Amino acid sequence: MAQVTQLIHDYLRHSKKFPHVFCPGCGHGIVLGSLIRSVHSLGIPKDDIVLVAGIGCSGRIPVYVDFNTVHTTHGRALTFATGIKLANPRLKVIVVMGDGDALSIGGNHLIHAARRNIGLTTLVLNNHIYGMTGGQSSSTTPFGCYSTTTPFGQMEKEFDIAEVTKACGANFVARATVMQANLMDRMISTALEHPGFNLVELITPCHTQFGRKNKYKSTVDMYKWLKKNAVPVEKYQDLSPEKQKEKIATGIFVQKDCMGLEQRYSEIRQKIIGEAK
Amino acid sequence: MATKSKKKKQTEKFALGNEAVVEGALLAGCNFYAGYPITPSTEIAEEMARRLPPMEDGVFIQMEDEIAGLGAVIGASLAGRKAMTATSGPGFSLMQEHIGYACITEVPLVLVNVMRAGPSTGMPTSPAQGDVQQARWGTHGDHPIIVLSAGDVQECLEMTVTAFNFSEKYRTPVILLLDEVTAHTREKITLPDPEELYVYSRMLPSMPPEWYMPFEDNMRGVSAMPPLGSGYRYHVTGLTHDDHGYPTSKPKEVEHFMNRLFRKIDQFFYDIQIVDEIRCDDAEVCIIAYGCVARSAELAVDMAREQGEKVGLLKLKTLFPFPRPIVEKMLRQCSSVLVPEMNMGQISREVKRVNNGLTKVNTLNRIDGQIITPGEILKKIQKG
Repeated sequence: MAQVTQLIHDYLRHSKKFPHVFCPGCGHGIVLGSLIRSVHSLGIPKDDIVLVAGIGCSGRIPVYVDFNTVHTTHGRALTFATGIKLANPRLKVIVVMGDGDALSIGGNHLIHAARRNIGLTTLVLNNHIYGMTGGQSSSTTPFGCYSTTTPFGQMEKEFDIAEVTKACGANFVARATVMQANLMDRMISTALEHPGFNLVELITPCHTQFGRKNKYKSTVDMYKWLKKNAVPVEKYQDLSPEKQKEKIATGIFVQKDCMGLEQRYSEIRQKIIGEAK
Repeated sequence: MATKSKKKKQTEKFALGNEAVVEGALLAGCNFYAGYPITPSTEIAEEMARRLPPMEDGVFIQMEDEIAGLGAVIGASLAGRKAMTATSGPGFSLMQEHIGYACITEVPLVLVNVMRAGPSTGMPTSPAQGDVQQARWGTHGDHPIIVLSAGDVQECLEMTVTAFNFSEKYRTPVILLLDEVTAHTREKITLPDPEELYVYSRMLPSMPPEWYMPFEDNMRGVSAMPPLGSGYRYHVTGLTHDDHGYPTSKPKEVEHFMNRLFRKIDQFFYDIQIVDEIRCDDAEVCIIAYGCVARSAELAVDMAREQGEKVGLLKLKTLFPFPRPIVEKMLRQCSSVLVPEMNMGQISREVKRVNNGLTKVNTLNRIDGQIITPGEILKKIQKG
């Protein structure tokens, strides 16, 4: 406990920003805790980290932490991060986005950032709903689920964030739920050290907007559901398609070592300068 | 002889307006370009793609769309670069949200918009001046902005340098409006000596990080801006924020912040206001024009003077903040003014606002994708 308190003092901004905006039972704080533990365990200096976020509940995370923090426009966090990373490749650029940010308004930027394989660590906090806007459906709202804009049930098929990113060529793709703190720490730490574009999808419950309308009586029910249904991806692949629908595959989906854009850029520059000489 | 000319530094060049923009940007210290190609601004991206990568720290990246282009430029500027992008009509419309973001977060950057006939896809290779009010008011909310224009190729270079200087000095995005004619005219330009060129770079903090306030008010209304990762950790947000950069909606803090945003531009109005007064001293009729129309107007002035008519030209290089004092002076002096432009009256509207009954304001508008010729302007003057 003492150690945890110490970490909070080290990494949170205590000047002005508390109490925070998150609802009771929100998973975003757990993700922030995990991010801080990962950064701390890797010993990355605070000055070297730029935390970029989009809009919404997840977008409010940066203001609490004592890094270089940028709260951008809706869905465009990856574009800002691309500029920051290319401007100064030495920086560790971490992007925090919600599911609406990453896959709906910012879907184009996500697939291109993954294709470019630029060295960003992207955390997608997937709560399957637009939380701050008041519970409208997002592109990850599961088929048949209710929201304020799908009062008769979601008619569209949802995105699988990990699969999309994998298909676009990201170097590292993983998923964890906020009920798996250790797995989450491990995934985020691995991502932070991995070159190229890496993405960790974090399933986090939003009881206020999603759970209430979708058969979860309480926040605790949502957490229990997450705990019950998260299975390692190796096990998940052995399940029948019907069983797979109920489960959440967690763990590493892709881990490869292609060269990141910024390294490629610097190599090409060396070549041009060498030829000019 | 051959060796001598090789040694001699190139000071003259045959260049397109768009290429002159690149020359100006590089002279001003630009080392980051992100954008998305769109006619008629493409030569800027193409030239940057050739020139930046061989530079020590030059970065060129073609993004997936214009929104991403300006996003990357803002990110790079926050990380300490002098960054720019270029676009045209439809791309400019897409960029509006990020222009607002750069205004509220006070991020210096240069955005070149080569105007094309619109609305929508319009006429991609035809000139127009239809984005003047969009440059001023395109993004939502109330904010000040600096909008410049250039009328010939040499001016493209000079105004790009000026745009960078203003953006760094006042921590604000600066929009440079060109029209297709200026951007695609090829003529001889003189490259200034880099050592004699006035280049301004943003102020860096000198205080220890724990004393630093990223949006602090001071005499100039512009606070120092360290690059991300330099030890000064702070929060940047598009939400209305206080001096520390933290979101706020307290009326007092919001009012203070918004007033400072306006004040930092207002109090340096005379520094920002750039106009050319051509044969204005004894003018009885004044033409107020900008961009390629100003070039036609200059010839029209000569033609009218030959016929004994006292006509002058006020060429606007700064469009916003609108150079009110100098325009007002001409309105008081002249029996009538003429505002020719390639839109339905986006600057004549400003002139009429300033005029407020002082004199007669005539307009000459063309929106068919054709330029306004000196003859047309002359005819209009003679008609009165």
